[in-house]
Amino acid sequence: MTNKTVVNTQVDLTKVKPYGDTMNDGMVQMAFTLPVPYGEEASEAAKQLLKKMGFEEPAVVYSKDMGGGFTFFTMYGKCQHTVDFTAIKVTKVDVDVMDRVECQQYIEDNIKREVVIVGACTGTDAHTVGIDAIMNMKGFHGHFGLERYKGIRAVNMGSQVPNEVLIAKAIEEKADAILVSQIVTQKDVHIANMTNLVELMEAEGIRDKVILVCGGPRISHELAQELGFDAGFGAHSYAEDVASYVLTELVKRNKAAQK
Amino acid sequence: MKSKLNLNPQVIDSARDCAARIAESMQEFIDKHTTVSTERTILRLLGIDGVDEVETPLPNVVVDQLKDAGVLSRGAAYWIGNAMIQTELGPQEIAEKMSAGELDITKLPLASREEAEAKLLPVVMETLKRINEQTQKREEYISRIGEGRKPYLYVIVATGNIYEDVVQAQAAARQGADIIAVIRTTAQSLLDYVPYGPTTEGFGGTYATQENFRIMRKALDDVGEEVGRYIRLCNYSSGMCMPEIAAMGAIERLDVMLNDALYGILFRDINMQRTLVDQFFSRVIIGYSGIIFNSGEDNYLTTDDAYEAAHTVLASQFINEQFAVLANIKEEQMGLGHAFEMDPTMENGFLYELSQAIMAKEIFPKANLKYMPPTKFMTGNIFKGHIQDALFNMIAVWSGQSLQLLGMLTEAIHTPHMQDRYLSIENAQYIFNNARDLGSEVEFKEDGIIQKRAQFVLEEANKLLHAIEEEGLFRTIEQGKFGGVKRARDGGKGLEGVCVRDENYFNPFIPLMMGGVR
Repeated sequence: MTNKTVVNTQVDLTKVKPYGDTMNDGMVQMAFTLPVPYGEEASEAAKQLLKKMGFEEPAVVYSKDMGGGFTFFTMYGKCQHTVDFTAIKVTKVDVDVMDRVECQQYIEDNIKREVVIVGACTGTDAHTVGIDAIMNMKGFHGHFGLERYKGIRAVNMGSQVPNEVLIAKAIEEKADAILVSQIVTQKDVHIANMTNLVELMEAEGIRDKVILVCGGPRISHELAQELGFDAGFGAHSYAEDVASYVLTELVKRNKAAQK
Repeated sequence: MKSKLNLNPQVIDSARDCAARIAESMQEFIDKHTTVSTERTILRLLGIDGVDEVETPLPNVVVDQLKDAGVLSRGAAYWIGNAMIQTELGPQEIAEKMSAGELDITKLPLASREEAEAKLLPVVMETLKRINEQTQKREEYISRIGEGRKPYLYVIVATGNIYEDVVQAQAAARQGADIIAVIRTTAQSLLDYVPYGPTTEGFGGTYATQENFRIMRKALDDVGEEVGRYIRLCNYSSGMCMPEIAAMGAIERLDVMLNDALYGILFRDINMQRTLVDQFFSRVIIGYSGIIFNSGEDNYLTTDDAYEAAHTVLASQFINEQFAVLANIKEEQMGLGHAFEMDPTMENGFLYELSQAIMAKEIFPKANLKYMPPTKFMTGNIFKGHIQDALFNMIAVWSGQSLQLLGMLTEAIHTPHMQDRYLSIENAQYIFNNARDLGSEVEFKEDGIIQKRAQFVLEEANKLLHAIEEEGLFRTIEQGKFGGVKRARDGGKGLEGVCVRDENYFNPFIPLMMGGVR
């Protein structure tokens, strides 16, 4: 080869940037709308905006008049920034996931009684798809829900359950764990609602007695812990993930209590 | 027309007759009862509107007073008609005086039922005239500026702020949308009153209020003139105030309304007695006003498996059709619902979806079927989502659906952004145009996968309907046969608002609307 430029094909994990088809080309694809009328000025505005966002060589590859003074863009730009991948720390639910049969065996070996899990989609949220996926017999995507687990009594209260009602049910059922599903997160309604639940549980004096778990497509473990929950499960979580965590945590707490 | 699916007409007839008997047996129950929301609807149709100083709507004030006095079983119409005779005031003035504590209409001398009916008649006719003017206006618009081609492109707006909704809705119309649905704020279905005035705060949607209807109607009429297409407006005649919202929709010229008692029972835990009584009056109003109602069968498939529970959708469509027949709704106004919700990883899933969609069209040929997009298996992978929506659009144009609720590539992430709506409209327009006559060109292999699937689903639906007839609809719901959700006959919200009619009860609107009085 006569080409003098040395192309580095090795990734430097301390300086990571997006990859298009060449290491460190920084290529990013973006789509957005600006509230300005379609035309060359609109495209120029979009390019200037990308520069301010830290992109080199911004390119409008498609733009479309949305009517009413709005323009849609598909754009590319080269990202200049990098991150140090070696310094990344993410808090995750730290548990060895067991499948359903293993969970059942685990209950038989280590807990030796029925585990009660009460779940609900709380507040104004009317979307049961999340709590149903985790709790209902049928489950989701071939992953059976908690109702199917021998040794677990799963009580699914459905949607729009007030926090007070959920707590009362958990007390009545002597729940080991409470699962809260939050799908609607617009305008951060879920934050206020989940914070309220933790406060109510503390006021009732049961916060420490119950494993408190939340889940939803916009929920992370970090957010859950920030709000005073024990664990949070995001997208792509199934019943076995939640069950493994709850059962392991239950055993861990029992051992701690015995000491 | 010959069935492309080789469906047995005897099985279709058997299922339809069975559904008719189920609906009729429910109608016996419905005709003996009324509800607070049904009575408030009568008051609204008599022109009572506005709120008191603590924002309680006057229809609620009046009905609550009648209920507290234990006289609601005679019907609000009688009490208002009687009060008009005794006080010579109009309905609105009577409601205002009741709200101010200056009038107790249960303590006035009592005229006969016939006298009260006669006194109300001019007010009733005035309202019917107002609704008819709106129906004529719709027809006038459609003949003057035209309308989109079916499948109508149906999109939602859901900003929470009616004025922002207007911006989004007009943009969508300019991009090609034919129907705009304003999604309601989370939990409005559980409010036992209809909020008042224009609203700018909502979660995941915007309050359905009469003023908001008016604002959006005007915005869509304006943009319709601009783009040369009548733009239809859709809202939700569902939840605790189901018939009140139907009345508001009739008065403000909505064109499409979701209306399905089973949906409220299963997915909002509204008491089944309450909402079935409410549904009847809602459908009478909807039928009279030329509104297309949408049923909510698609929702069963969000909680149940779309492949395994396909027959429950068809069975429910049969029942919804017969409930509509009893409310004198034309077939063209039946927007029976179904959905494209099978797991995309399923081998030949597209063939099963196609089979289901063509079957629905063959069984309900004149109905304006509402087809709902994939939601359950939308993942946040917007690129794959766009393809799932494309397959859904392909089936819609192939099978001749009428109301196509467009899937959004960002489903499962957020309510649609402006560009999402544009991309999904473009997707649908491309496919509808590119494959326009596919349905009339293609026939199916005899006893192939598609034919056999439809025949099987029809057989199963027929069996389910016969089981429902045996058990009764209430018991069937209690057993969780629809959507896999169990609800108790005396459970859920709103049962306290149901009461038995007494022998002198009357609702002046039902006979006139069902009789088609213009």
